Amino acid sequence: MKDKIIKSQLVLENVSHNYGAVTVLNNLNLVVNSGEVLVLVGPSGCGKTTLLNLLSGHIKPSSGIIKREGIILTVYQQDGLFPWLTVVENISLGFSKLMNDAEREAELKELIELIHLNGFEQYYPHQLSGGMKQRVEIARVLAGDSDILLMDEPFSALDYQTRLRMRFELIRILKQKQRTVVFVTHDIEEATQLADRILVLTNRPTTISCELTIKSPRPRNHSDPSVINAITTILQEMKL
Amino acid sequence: MTETTIFRNESTKPISSKTANIFGFLLPGIVLITLLLVWSLISFTNLFPTYAFPSPLAVLKSFTEEIIAGRLLNDIVASLWRVSVGFVLSALLGIPFGLWLGQHINARRAFVPMLNFFRFLSPLAWIPFAILWFHIGDKPAIFLIFMASFFPLALATMSAVATIPNIYFSVAKDYDIKGFSLITKVVFPAVLPQIITSLRVSCGIAWVIIVAAEMVGCQDGLGYGIWEARNGLRLDAAVCYMIVIGLLGMIIDRLLNQLTKLPNIRWGYER
Repeated sequence: MKDKIIKSQLVLENVSHNYGAVTVLNNLNLVVNSGEVLVLVGPSGCGKTTLLNLLSGHIKPSSGIIKREGIILTVYQQDGLFPWLTVVENISLGFSKLMNDAEREAELKELIELIHLNGFEQYYPHQLSGGMKQRVEIARVLAGDSDILLMDEPFSALDYQTRLRMRFELIRILKQKQRTVVFVTHDIEEATQLADRILVLTNRPTTISCELTIKSPRPRNHSDPSVINAITTILQEMKL
Repeated sequence: MTETTIFRNESTKPISSKTANIFGFLLPGIVLITLLLVWSLISFTNLFPTYAFPSPLAVLKSFTEEIIAGRLLNDIVASLWRVSVGFVLSALLGIPFGLWLGQHINARRAFVPMLNFFRFLSPLAWIPFAILWFHIGDKPAIFLIFMASFFPLALATMSAVATIPNIYFSVAKDYDIKGFSLITKVVFPAVLPQIITSLRVSCGIAWVIIVAAEMVGCQDGLGYGIWEARNGLRLDAAVCYMIVIGLLGMIIDRLLNQLTKLPNIRWGYER
């Protein structure tokens, strides 16, 4: 498991994508800077998941160029863990086949401690709470030597309080294991608390309607002036 | 003087596991005893002639006879062997076939109509062929049991594969699981809970088939026992074989049900 990004490049150049007659993305240009937390906010059904699938390489764009460098792994909204594997087995999916047993042991121990799941190593996903499951997903992508994390509304299936707690958990984890993060959400508050940079997306066909940079240090309280300013700007932008 | 009101709300009292256990034995016990009483009553009133409606006592007597003669045990072993071989064969061929079909749309297009056709063909229709192709002994019975369980098993496995959530394949792709290990590490474990359910169903079918399957060319077995009893007009012995078949069926199902308690399968039943 890396503590820092080795290499990371993620660039979209004039990318368009359509499903049949429906244009989902239209001529999108996007550069994800190495080490930043980039949050994409947009109304539901605006093509955020399509964008993530393009970034991860699960689908190919109808036109345009996507440049990728570094290992890209996704944290899914929910049910991304294999239910027939234990916590430890799920996390181990990420490990390289070249590692020896001692290295695996040591990294597993570190990851379990990092996500505060000591004692739950042999549990199965259905025996865990929603927040625990998402923490296991985060551990799995960290185990996978990832440079870039794609996070597809990873906390949106959680209850409100767990969601708040997970924001701070993610910030804490990223402080120890630096990664480039592309985080998709419809939760504006979540976006402003996590992001270095926020891109507000429009409805289909998706384009970027506004870009915000938030410089104040994390973790940010939700009453932090930078958070409140950003929320106001985004709400205006989305005409809400 | 103060008034005291005592609230008793017995309906909300939680049923302890001990009480549940007692009920678990008591309630089916009551049904069983009632059934035996009705049976005794009908045979006592001579509603049917004795040869056509054996009394519980006559059945008990033929039970001891069959056990002492060693026939019953021999028949149980013979039938279990045939069903095991036929069933294991159909599982070994049917499950991989179903997994393969589930992953290839054109294979499904090609084979599903044929599979459905044979599924609706009663295995009993194969009896003449079973005799002509496999003559006597275990083979025709095994063939019939195989024909009864193969098609439902293959089809159930296939539809289980179709219900695997797409996200598992995305995750598999993320972690570079592909080719044969995609089948062993993702597809198979993902459908295992459903496969076990369909194993229970098709094992039930296979077990039901033995009465008919052992009509053909067999000289022993529980099904054969029933046919022989019929020929000798010994319905008391027939009933005793029927009871054994039913009880063994329940035991087999219980054993297969134990598989659902395995921790890496349990998830499939807890959603």
